[in-house]
Amino acid sequence: MAGGSAAAAPERETWTSSTGFILAAVGSAVGLGNIWRFPGVAYESGGGAFLIPYLVALLTAGIPILFLDYAIGHRYRGAAPLSYRRMARPAEALGWFQIVLSFVIAVYYAAVIAWSLSYFVFAFDLRWGEDTAVFFTGEYLQVGDPEVSTTLVPGVAVPLVLVWVVVLAIIALGVSRGVQRVNVVFIPLLVVAFVGLVARALTLPGAADGLNALFTPDWAALADPGVWIAAYSQIFFSLSIAFGIMVTYASYQRRRANMTSSGLVVAFANSSFEILAGIGVFATLGFLAHQQASTVDQLEGLSGPILSFVTFPAVISEMPGGNLFGAVFFGALVLAGFTSIISILLGVAASVSEKFGLAHRTASIVVCGVCAVISIGLFSTTSGLIALDTVDQWANNVGIVVSAIVMTVLVAWVFRTAPVLRAHLNRVSTFQVGRVWYVLVGGLAPVLLTYMLVERVRTLLTEGYEGYPTWYLALFGWGAIALVVVGALILTLAPWRDRDDTDFHAWPELEEERR
Amino acid sequence: MTTSAVLMMVVAMLVVWGGLVASILFLRARPEVDDARLPDPDGDAPATDGR
Repeated sequence: MAGGSAAAAPERETWTSSTGFILAAVGSAVGLGNIWRFPGVAYESGGGAFLIPYLVALLTAGIPILFLDYAIGHRYRGAAPLSYRRMARPAEALGWFQIVLSFVIAVYYAAVIAWSLSYFVFAFDLRWGEDTAVFFTGEYLQVGDPEVSTTLVPGVAVPLVLVWVVVLAIIALGVSRGVQRVNVVFIPLLVVAFVGLVARALTLPGAADGLNALFTPDWAALADPGVWIAAYSQIFFSLSIAFGIMVTYASYQRRRANMTSSGLVVAFANSSFEILAGIGVFATLGFLAHQQASTVDQLEGLSGPILSFVTFPAVISEMPGGNLFGAVFFGALVLAGFTSIISILLGVAASVSEKFGLAHRTASIVVCGVCAVISIGLFSTTSGLIALDTVDQWANNVGIVVSAIVMTVLVAWVFRTAPVLRAHLNRVSTFQVGRVWYVLVGGLAPVLLTYMLVERVRTLLTEGYEGYPTWYLALFGWGAIALVVVGALILTLAPWRDRDDTDFHAWPELEEERR
Repeated sequence: MTTSAVLMMVVAMLVVWGGLVASILFLRARPEVDDARLPDPDGDAPATDGR
């Protein structure tokens, strides 16, 4: 069997049940984007008609790429760099690109969880007052100019430190005792909390107007290519695919485990939560419009951090029993954020542990410690919000999209491992993947993603972003991407010293691999 | 709510939540591949219990 070398690597830790794996994967996929990105995107992209491109994107790109991630991690049994290396040696560099990108994303994702934690506390006495926009950027974040600031904002620094302590503890406890346990508690709790929120929101005056705004179909939108791109982007960013996270999670699944059938549950659970969030968010916005004697289309700040930290606090203040609603809403953001950041950092810690031969706990402390220091240094200062906004824009729209294009092209065209991966999935799973998977992963996905990337890069180069100075975008936007590339190269060139277990034999043996 | 909005909301719920229920039922009906076709290399660790 595998792992026969003298200095045999210790038995790989596994999820203790399929349910544990599924809940952790759902926890990773369901994040802040489900709550604050999906409703706004759906509303702006055809309302009810958006459902059609959304479902098409789920079935033709979301699920196929999710299966690709699962197949690689599950067959080659490592975090992204080791798994890709075992698939085809040079592909290791892509793994490190994904891991360094994860690291960068974790740096700012933690800050948003910290904000949610603060707002959870603020909800009890509605501390944001009358003008929630001024409170958020002025009083709470103390946003300054786009610059490199060293002025500490204690109100952000304290919850941020708290977030990092908890994240470090969970990752250091490992897969079954840390990550799985947290998800088994947090995910059901998140669902219960959100169902409660939606039930309350639906009883508010004006809720029906909000749902009208969200679901009334604008069929003409389907002729707009931009709407289809929005659907593919939403599916793509919301499922946490193609940046190594799901590779790592799948690598901890038992060798004979039903990967594709679990994957379908994860993908549909993620979309189910998005629909639920859409209903909750728009019922609430309908109430806000009703209070202001206005209509939903007159409202501003319908997505992103502004929805959560400016618009929602305003609604909560107007609502009878708003304190409870607010605490549950921000509590839900904290839960959703935690289960996602854990998945992002577990992959980084596991990669470092595998390549440099550190014990899992040591690697977790090193990775989370360094990430925490950068995160606290960068995001608890007065330039926090602008830095976060910029890095997020580039990490998602450039970084992850590049990663996905390279990944699909390598598998389908360069190393041609797609048949092995499909055979692997079909041997261990009860849901069989057909040949159409080759077309979707090797054809449709890279073509659409390249189109998305080119469009976005052109916009960023010609129009800049949010009116921030060019030097600032060069430093925090393009600079972040450059940092990821350089980091990936250095980590790829570092020696394995036999820790990659060259005796590794993928299981089960497949005809396709002996071509 | 308008009829078209209600209709699209119901369709969205049926397709997406129905998809979730269907995929859970499918997984429960066929939780693992046949032991005879692919013996488990890790022994008989339970697949679906919540240990």
